[in-house]
Amino acid sequence: MDAILFMIFAAIAVICGINLVVQTHPISSALSLVGVMGALAALYLLLGGEFIAAAQLVVYAGAIMVLFVFVIMLLNAGAEKRPEIKPLGKYLGAPLLLVFLGMMAYWVERLMPPSSPVVFGAFQGGTAAEIGRSLFTVYLLPFEVTSVLILIAIIGAIVLARKEVD
Amino acid sequence: MPFGPLPAAVPPSWYLTLSAILFALGVLGFLLRRNIITVFMSIELMLNAVNLSFVTFSYVLKRVDGHIFSFFVMVVAAAEAAVGLAIILTVFKNRQTLEIDEVSTLKN
Amino acid sequence: MNFYLLSLIKTAIVVGIFMHVLAYLQWIERKVIAHVQLRVGPRRVGPHGLLQPLADVIKLVTKEDILPSHVNKVFYFLAPFIAVTFALISISIIPFGPEITVGGVRTAMGLTDLNIGVLFILGVSGLGVYGVALAGWASNNKYALMGGLRSSAQMISYELPMALALAAPLLILNTLSLRHIVDGQQGFYWGFIPRWAIFQMPFPQIFSFILFLIAGFAETNRVPFDLPEAENELVAGFHVEYASMKFASFFMAEYANMVTVSCVATLLFLGGWHPIFPEKYGSGLIPVLIFGASALLCFFHGANPARPFDRITLPVFGVLFLGAAGLFLIPMVQPILLPLFWFAAKVGVILFVFIWVRATLPRFRYDQLMRFAWTFMFPVALVNLFITALLVALFP
Repeated sequence: MDAILFMIFAAIAVICGINLVVQTHPISSALSLVGVMGALAALYLLLGGEFIAAAQLVVYAGAIMVLFVFVIMLLNAGAEKRPEIKPLGKYLGAPLLLVFLGMMAYWVERLMPPSSPVVFGAFQGGTAAEIGRSLFTVYLLPFEVTSVLILIAIIGAIVLARKEVD
Repeated sequence: MPFGPLPAAVPPSWYLTLSAILFALGVLGFLLRRNIITVFMSIELMLNAVNLSFVTFSYVLKRVDGHIFSFFVMVVAAAEAAVGLAIILTVFKNRQTLEIDEVSTLKN
Repeated sequence: MNFYLLSLIKTAIVVGIFMHVLAYLQWIERKVIAHVQLRVGPRRVGPHGLLQPLADVIKLVTKEDILPSHVNKVFYFLAPFIAVTFALISISIIPFGPEITVGGVRTAMGLTDLNIGVLFILGVSGLGVYGVALAGWASNNKYALMGGLRSSAQMISYELPMALALAAPLLILNTLSLRHIVDGQQGFYWGFIPRWAIFQMPFPQIFSFILFLIAGFAETNRVPFDLPEAENELVAGFHVEYASMKFASFFMAEYANMVTVSCVATLLFLGGWHPIFPEKYGSGLIPVLIFGASALLCFFHGANPARPFDRITLPVFGVLFLGAAGLFLIPMVQPILLPLFWFAAKVGVILFVFIWVRATLPRFRYDQLMRFAWTFMFPVALVNLFITALLVALFP
């Protein structure tokens, strides 16, 4: 059952990823990216990361991608013209990529220490309580620094995007 | 990689391979596309692939630290998306185009 | 019993009841608004207009499904699908009552329970924004685009005070699972004040409740925050290019969102299915009293009717209400029906407040709405969270 779920969500993620790269209009790419994030949230659930799966849906798919969709709709720049790919790229690009990925998969499989297969429910340490405990004791300094980082990002975005007052 | 009948559960290295595939797709989009927003979205795809790696290793080592790193990556990606999109809006206001090949007045 | 068979039966019951509630919520809304405005509302189709939702559904289904030539076809089909899916999916984790035993099978009332239930609800309501934004974009129409963008910007802006208002009772209750949240609100202070979250020490969560309700009004695009879809302001906003079934989908999504917000407010703030005073003081008799009083009222008005056919229909309703009152007296079904009654009563009160506000208040202008969210609701929600955290830390 876990293998079937992994196959389904991995297939959805890869197909949406390919769709992101292939589509000409940015809105289609944005919605494909939302599809990738949804599939990845399901994979996080299989790996026992329930809080990270929820955070992915709330923060990434529900806020960041909505921001992208807004900007695309506001700018309304239209579909991109398809560029001409030089013949070297067209005929060598995809096969070379597949060879590269095959080599990566082989080395990952060989160097990975032997571990048990991924079973839903085998890792119970990803609950909100565990993450909260770790975040507020061991990782307190990065937590506070990221809050300052977000403040800087908010100020920067507001200053950059406001209308100039003449 | 087992080439027999499908096992009942999948080893974690398959998750890492999926992460590599998504990362490669992100790099492909980053290098090949000309619309600046699509380039930005390829960067987000790369960040997502890395998040999957973190959570997989957190499962293998049975610690929660991978989830924490993934959480910080999400937060930083949010901040970067906000500022990056504001920059894109400013570029569009000044150049009326979203193609990265045409924003090249400083070249040569 | 087999787990899959039991889940299938529960799903059929919950989805069936939910769909009927959505249809008749529209009837209730039209009748209540009509009576507030001193008129009668629908009364021709069936006794007292009770078959009006059926007539509306038949009309919407048999209308011609137009596909305008200038729309972006993929997104035009995708947008109502997304809106309806994410609106209806939240019903799956809402618990309706405690564990019950029906015919030897022990099961919990409610389809399922997640460890991260509250986050799931927040995530799904965030994803529902895509339906509205895509509908505005796909229609290729400047009014629809403006309506869609305004509506989605409003929904995102009010998600923030809603999440902060939800976080405050979670500090006291210490869990994200909806069923455990309701379990943390059982019992009574000093024997008669219920331990609902709005009464719980160290800090009664009344401000969080009010903030959550206001943010809920804005999230579901209801008056006074419904400028993006008002008929007379923006030519009906983002769904102007949609006909028959797709328009019905947006409508259904709006009512489903309303019911979800009311259910979450009931579970988190009003104590879910726990009664208002202990059973030993007779709170099991309240539904009997309410239904009995309604029956007496029906019989009284049936004796001197305002309209001639009421001489027949009102006593029939009176008999039905008497039957319902008698049902609550049977001790075998009391453990099932009483928690359901309290849950439905609380959700019904909040839905009545939604409808009451729609009949009463004018609507905000768009800039007033956004300014209200960012300069008033967000700081107030932050201060509320801060005070709650301080009091919980000082008096554990």
